[in-house]
Amino acid sequence: MKLLKATTFLVAAAMATGAAAQQDGGRLDLIVQPEPPGLMLGLVQNGPTQMVSGQIYEGLLRYNKDLEPQPSLAKEWDIAEDGMTYTFKLQEGVTWHDGEPFSAADVIFTTKFLQDNHARFRGAFSHVESVEAPDDNTIVIHMKEPYGPFINAFEAGSMPIVPKHIYEGTDYATNEMNNTPIGTGPYKFVEWEKGSFIHLTKNEDYYLDGLPHIDDLYYRVVPDAASRAVAFETGEVDVLPGGAIENWDVARLTKMDNVCSTSDGWEFFAPHAWMWLNNREGPTSNKLFRQAVMFALDREFVKDVVWNGFGTVPTGPVSSKTNYYSDDVPQYPHDPEKAKALLEEMGYDGTPVRLLPLPYGETWQRWAEAVKQNLEEVGITVDIDSADVAGWNEKTANWDYDMAFTYLYQYGDPALGVARNYVESQIQKGSPWNNVEGYVNPELDAMWEAAAVEPNTEKRQEMYTEIQQKIVEDVPVAWLLEIEFPTIYRCEVKDLITTGIGLNDGLRDAWIEQ
Amino acid sequence: MAIAGAILSRLLKAAITLLAIAILNFFLIHAAPGDPATVLAGEAGAADPQMIADLKARFGLDQPFYVQLLQYVGNIMTLDLGYSFRQGQPVLDLILERLPATLILTLTAFWISLLAGVALGVAASARVGKFTDSLITGTALLFYATPLYWAALMAVLVFSVQLGWLPGFGYETVGSGYAGLTRIWDILLHLILPALTLGLFFMAVYMRMTRASMLEVGQQDFVKTARAKGLAPSIIRRRHILRNALLPVVTLAGLQAGQLVGGAVLTETVFAWPGIGRLMFESLAARDYNTILGVFLVSAAMVIVFNIITDLVYRLIDPRIGQKA
Repeated sequence: MKLLKATTFLVAAAMATGAAAQQDGGRLDLIVQPEPPGLMLGLVQNGPTQMVSGQIYEGLLRYNKDLEPQPSLAKEWDIAEDGMTYTFKLQEGVTWHDGEPFSAADVIFTTKFLQDNHARFRGAFSHVESVEAPDDNTIVIHMKEPYGPFINAFEAGSMPIVPKHIYEGTDYATNEMNNTPIGTGPYKFVEWEKGSFIHLTKNEDYYLDGLPHIDDLYYRVVPDAASRAVAFETGEVDVLPGGAIENWDVARLTKMDNVCSTSDGWEFFAPHAWMWLNNREGPTSNKLFRQAVMFALDREFVKDVVWNGFGTVPTGPVSSKTNYYSDDVPQYPHDPEKAKALLEEMGYDGTPVRLLPLPYGETWQRWAEAVKQNLEEVGITVDIDSADVAGWNEKTANWDYDMAFTYLYQYGDPALGVARNYVESQIQKGSPWNNVEGYVNPELDAMWEAAAVEPNTEKRQEMYTEIQQKIVEDVPVAWLLEIEFPTIYRCEVKDLITTGIGLNDGLRDAWIEQ
Repeated sequence: MAIAGAILSRLLKAAITLLAIAILNFFLIHAAPGDPATVLAGEAGAADPQMIADLKARFGLDQPFYVQLLQYVGNIMTLDLGYSFRQGQPVLDLILERLPATLILTLTAFWISLLAGVALGVAASARVGKFTDSLITGTALLFYATPLYWAALMAVLVFSVQLGWLPGFGYETVGSGYAGLTRIWDILLHLILPALTLGLFFMAVYMRMTRASMLEVGQQDFVKTARAKGLAPSIIRRRHILRNALLPVVTLAGLQAGQLVGGAVLTETVFAWPGIGRLMFESLAARDYNTILGVFLVSAAMVIVFNIITDLVYRLIDPRIGQKA
């Protein structure tokens, strides 16, 4: 195994990019949508919370756009040759926003705190034997087994470091301080006027000299998509994060003067959209039917028209942005004739299938209509079955659907964000984020398991390539799109997105040209 | 004395009605698919059975249904609206935080629509069949027929994006540090578009109602008598016709007033107004049971209170009401 050792590039990659002096000062208004339910990142991990709280809390590491680890609260790290021990050297002179010193004891406490409150953390740390702090600035993690993706599980959303002195011995969920979060990050919490805005201000005592640059951040809550576009047009807000407005407005706003946009900053998440095809019953339980669905779908059309050209048509379960991706898999071009032939072969009798769209706005509604049209072209009868978000959760978590839209993050590694959707141990009623389609393949289950703990990266790649080839043949779900969420911003905002996590931790390095 | 007795008996009935409404709401909200735990877990993008179970226990959803119901009824009997686990705050705090913004908006819209509607109605009835009448009724019809949502967006596009005269959304300029009169002026500017949008529909309704009612009362015998006495037409209109014509308008105003708390969901959404309508809508989407039930209860209480007030206003306008024959 390669020895991964980060030398002290204390000054982050972004700092090294240009000799041009970054300017300090200014205020940045960003949209946050929807309003987060809370800002205590250790307790709440939904998207809007991560976007705001990623400036307040920090993880041990960050990841660049190629998903390589970068220093954050850990300035150096070392993985033992056998993959069984991880050693992190922490930054020195770090204080919490209330002035208390930060130390390894906080990290140890965090592992206990998150064990009770963070599903993804629990998953990653199930491979950990013990965590210890030999001194105030060192953390050593001993593994039960080498676990390849472990090094990808340390960003602020996956493992936010929480303050021991505030939470130890309290009831975490009802701790008063949850409403005034204290972290180590570049921005401090000031005020949250519910329904209106969240105000963060520069952390003057931040441990990296000269950072951050911007004085004030205002996360604005604007519930209507059209109004959010107007807010940007009238100059009220400077940054529209990915997904904040409908796609047709993206095309319109990016044509305005002095408006920049980028698709970067989603590499770590790599949102992957698909339709669950219920593998348990009905026509969708037949592999030939599922393959026919793949051939019937005109996925390029959806990308070009419904998504205004944003995104990439996927080849299978792993996003092309995620590690261990392979395109050496069976292909499913748009081929209605082939789809009809497959339906004939299985003897499809015209049983209607229920299609459950994702209730996330107009784009998703149009998408469901496009799919319905494609499927009806090859003779499949489709009923669109609508629900609001809570109803969608209920139906998918209880397997009450035939086909259902969804999209999920991949977190940089197939073992973190992909395997959970296809292995039998993840068939659990009650959650919409696991093997909801009910795909059972013991042969692949064993391969997923072996690949996750394979220490050799080349070997891992081979294993994941084989998994992808086999699973794409089976079509447990219909992969639709690698979603691209362009971030739209005023061009005088510089270095806004410097990592693979994007806006969720990007404002540390951002600055505004005056 | 009679009034005090009437109010007391109304209040007693109101309390019973309110309790019935609360219980009905409880059943309704639990009948909707999904629950706050799965929504919260769903939003996290990752969940395991332990997380769902933890959340359900925290929200009290692991208790049998009748226990939850009894707990809820017990709480509201002691005027405790409960705790929003989603937002980590007592429901009463959440509601009180949002109430001022909503009341500023809905009360402004209420008075604009009532005063302008009645004034226009009187003006139209005085010149019935003439150009002014057609102009007023035509415009009112347009306001009446325009969907609120569309009108709001158009108002923003014209006055905010194109002309740049008025702020398009929000309650005040965020982070401006304004205080005192400057702040009040700033809030007023933000208030104009949403209040007008919200008020237009009811203004049209009041106008049509006043006009029709004025014309009807104007045909009655006592008006002819007044005219025969030689009173000036303006006095007849103001003292004789208008006062009698106002009763149906008051009924309608009572209905509108009942919606002061919960009736501005759309306007608040389009204009990003941080009011209680949005709190209700967003809590509904998140199945934040305690918060929705709290907002519903406050809204229901408002409807009942304004019904009582309406009855009292009837008595003021027309002293014959409430007197024993």
